Amino acid sequence: MNDAVPSGPLLTMTGMTKQYPGCLANDHVSLTVERNQIHALLGENGAGKSTLVKIIYGVVKPDEGEIVWDGQKVTIQNPGHAQRLGIGMVFQHFSLFEALTVQENIALGLGSAKERVGLRERIVRISNEYGLPLDPDRVVHDLSVGERQRIEIVRCLLQNPKLLIMDEPTSVLTPSEVRKLFVTLRRLAAEGCSILYISHKLEEVRALCSAATIMRLGKNVARVIPAEKTVKELAEIMINMDLHAPTPRPLAPSSAPPRLVLDKLTIRSPNHFGTDLKDISLSLKGGEILGIAGIAGNGQSELMDALSGEILAGKPESVMIDGIAAGHMGPHERRRIHGCFVPEERNGHGAVTTMTLAENAFLSGFTRRALVRFGVIDTKKTSAFAENIIKVFDVRTTGPKAQARSLSGGNLQKFLVGREVLQEPAVLVINQPTWGVDAGAALAIHEAIMALAEGGAAVMIISQDLDEIFVLADRISVIAGGRVSEPVLTRDATVESIGRLMGGGSAPAATGEMEIA
Amino acid sequence: MTALLVAFLVSTIAAATPLLLAATGELVVEKVGVLNLGVEGMMLAGAIAGFATANETGITSLGVLAAMIAGLALSLLFAVISLTLQANQTATGLALTIFGRGFSALVGAGYVGIPAPTLPKIHLPVLSDIPVLGPVIFGHDILVYLSLAILAVVAWCIRSTHLGLILRAVGDSHDAAHALGYAVVPIRYAAVAFGGALAGLAGAYMSLAYTPLWAQDMTAGRGWVAVALVTFSAWRPFWLLIGAWFFGALMYLSLYVQALGVAVPSALLSAVPYIGTVVVLVLISRDARRIRLHRPAMLGRPFQARV
Ligand SMILES: Nc1ncnc2c1ncn2[C@@H]1O[C@H](COP(=O)(O)OP(=O)(O)OP(=O)(O)O)[C@@H](O)[C@H]1O
Ligand SMILES: [Mg+2]
Repeated sequence: MNDAVPSGPLLTMTGMTKQYPGCLANDHVSLTVERNQIHALLGENGAGKSTLVKIIYGVVKPDEGEIVWDGQKVTIQNPGHAQRLGIGMVFQHFSLFEALTVQENIALGLGSAKERVGLRERIVRISNEYGLPLDPDRVVHDLSVGERQRIEIVRCLLQNPKLLIMDEPTSVLTPSEVRKLFVTLRRLAAEGCSILYISHKLEEVRALCSAATIMRLGKNVARVIPAEKTVKELAEIMINMDLHAPTPRPLAPSSAPPRLVLDKLTIRSPNHFGTDLKDISLSLKGGEILGIAGIAGNGQSELMDALSGEILAGKPESVMIDGIAAGHMGPHERRRIHGCFVPEERNGHGAVTTMTLAENAFLSGFTRRALVRFGVIDTKKTSAFAENIIKVFDVRTTGPKAQARSLSGGNLQKFLVGREVLQEPAVLVINQPTWGVDAGAALAIHEAIMALAEGGAAVMIISQDLDEIFVLADRISVIAGGRVSEPVLTRDATVESIGRLMGGGSAPAATGEMEIA
Repeated sequence: MTALLVAFLVSTIAAATPLLLAATGELVVEKVGVLNLGVEGMMLAGAIAGFATANETGITSLGVLAAMIAGLALSLLFAVISLTLQANQTATGLALTIFGRGFSALVGAGYVGIPAPTLPKIHLPVLSDIPVLGPVIFGHDILVYLSLAILAVVAWCIRSTHLGLILRAVGDSHDAAHALGYAVVPIRYAAVAFGGALAGLAGAYMSLAYTPLWAQDMTAGRGWVAVALVTFSAWRPFWLLIGAWFFGALMYLSLYVQALGVAVPSALLSAVPYIGTVVVLVLISRDARRIRLHRPAMLGRPFQARV
């Protein structure tokens, strides 16, 4: 890519320090990325990874520290400057334009008119080639997080960067998408692009990255070669504790009464290009966890919204919560009859980012936690509720008064899951429960979900992460094209059999799209 | 009957022109996510600057230029306070309107009741003499055609050019635009300045063409209607045009009914165009999805580049 024979590392950072109010996010951190290297940046939630890469990209201004780029000392002023230096970034919380189409979003990432010639065809071709199919004409607002993630990645790849920073790009991709992405990334690295890769999926990191910098509480703790360590060792360096597998749970007795029943649930998607739900019938007993697997954009968000009450079903009887017809009820009424919901989009949907944690806890918990007294918010109780979530789910933050947007991605996720679990629901539906949380926190969330089920609640997990579904669920269904397959017992299912269903038909013959490693 | 129809159409188009100019400017401003409620003030500043300049120099085109500069100057004041110093946009815009009214009244005190050179109506041989069509299509002054041309260019630019895409992007998410390397604040400055110049031009149309004199508060709330048009047309240029013409038509009809001497209080009749336009536009653009797609999500929100 660059003509002069380059030598020395591509990027060296030393002594990077960033103080937020009440939180030292980076404390004299160093990082060196070699040329042609795929370098991992690891650390638990809130370790300061996103902060460090935002400094590289000029979004966050460091208090101290020196950056040497391509042999030159630089002060990166803003993202425009970073781009001109040849740095591209895929953000953890997307930076997309909701009201614009996929093509427009990508065009905005390409500086010159020359690069935009024939863009439409290139998007279709490249996105298919990379295994991240995109429809250029769809409006981002209507897309699921998995589809949004694809846009971010494709946009960045089209910029031909010298350093590609990816902040948790695979948390919402399916295994087959991830595999194709890795092929692309390896090819890019071979062609001379360095990659700085942040992920909590340590298996991936071991397969992909040739070096890793590990952070904890804002400081460097180690620099390792991932392939030389086991996943467990890596996780233990990261979070400084041992990990154990969650204890298996007995299956719910078949005599238990159903708590969540869907009867021929049929919904027209309110989004132009959304997926309509067709004749979905499912029944969940108390004490049972049902996993819904599927590729992003096959009706997951519609199913979530139809369950939470954001989209109302035509027939009240098509959604029954604890024997009560709830299809016509909005979210608060459904909460009142013991249904709780965690949507996938944590910024803006799950949480109001400019409000405090206590306020966010109130928004969802006020009915079930009786946080309103005589029409007035009971601030003491609300604050105590938020405090309790923070404690039980080990959310790293300064307290209930912190703004939701000041939390690191994984910590906000822990808070939102905790907020619903602690309301002791009879029915809990979670979309992507461990999106972006570290190994320790994922375990904690999994244990909380299992404990909830053991206490008699019916839990539905919608996830693109098959490993997670296999760990948690008693039965697995696959959603494809707005239809849900007959649930199978997890112990009778294999990753291959589920993967085939995700591709579409139930026929055993797999086409290229469907095969799952 | 034909004469009546011609009078109706001609005056509808004339009455719509200042609205169209000001609203087109405000549309661009709001598209980049800025809410400038100072349109009325900028129009008044433009009206008096244009009138005074034309009156002193005897040259109308200089008046038009001065009006645009006055509107632009006020809008830059707004931009410094609300974009650079990040004061609340609503409050700043309201203050700008109050300032523009006071300032124009002060400067205009000496110009009340005296004539100034008027913007001439164009006359094309043959074309302008066609019955009905001639006066309705070919018999206006230059600003009428300019207002339509500007609207068409703005509509095309917003929908089909990369520049327009950048404007929409900044209005949709300033953080994402910044993250992609776009200079959010300078882009907003440019849009606000464009809106200011057009508001000034709208003022010039009022004092040099529509009612060629200066009277205090002569825009009579048209700046506010322009702001309302932008919102209620759901940020779509075509509906802006329809709304402006509708306002012009109601304006003529209410004057006509008053002239007939119908026993309706004249204050009520004068209010009809304002209320009617808003009601009709609200009815047209009720579609929540359409509004969501076109409404700039960042409208009125301050932007901070670095944390
Ligand atoms: N704008 C902000 N204001 C205050 N504190 C902040 C802000 N942004 C981040 N922080 C804090 O800085 C710390 C590091 O956050 P960062 O986002 O870098 O973590 P991370 O390593 O990316 O975590 P995750 O894996 O959860 O994404 C966190 O404790 C977070 O609460
Ligand atoms: Mg992060």
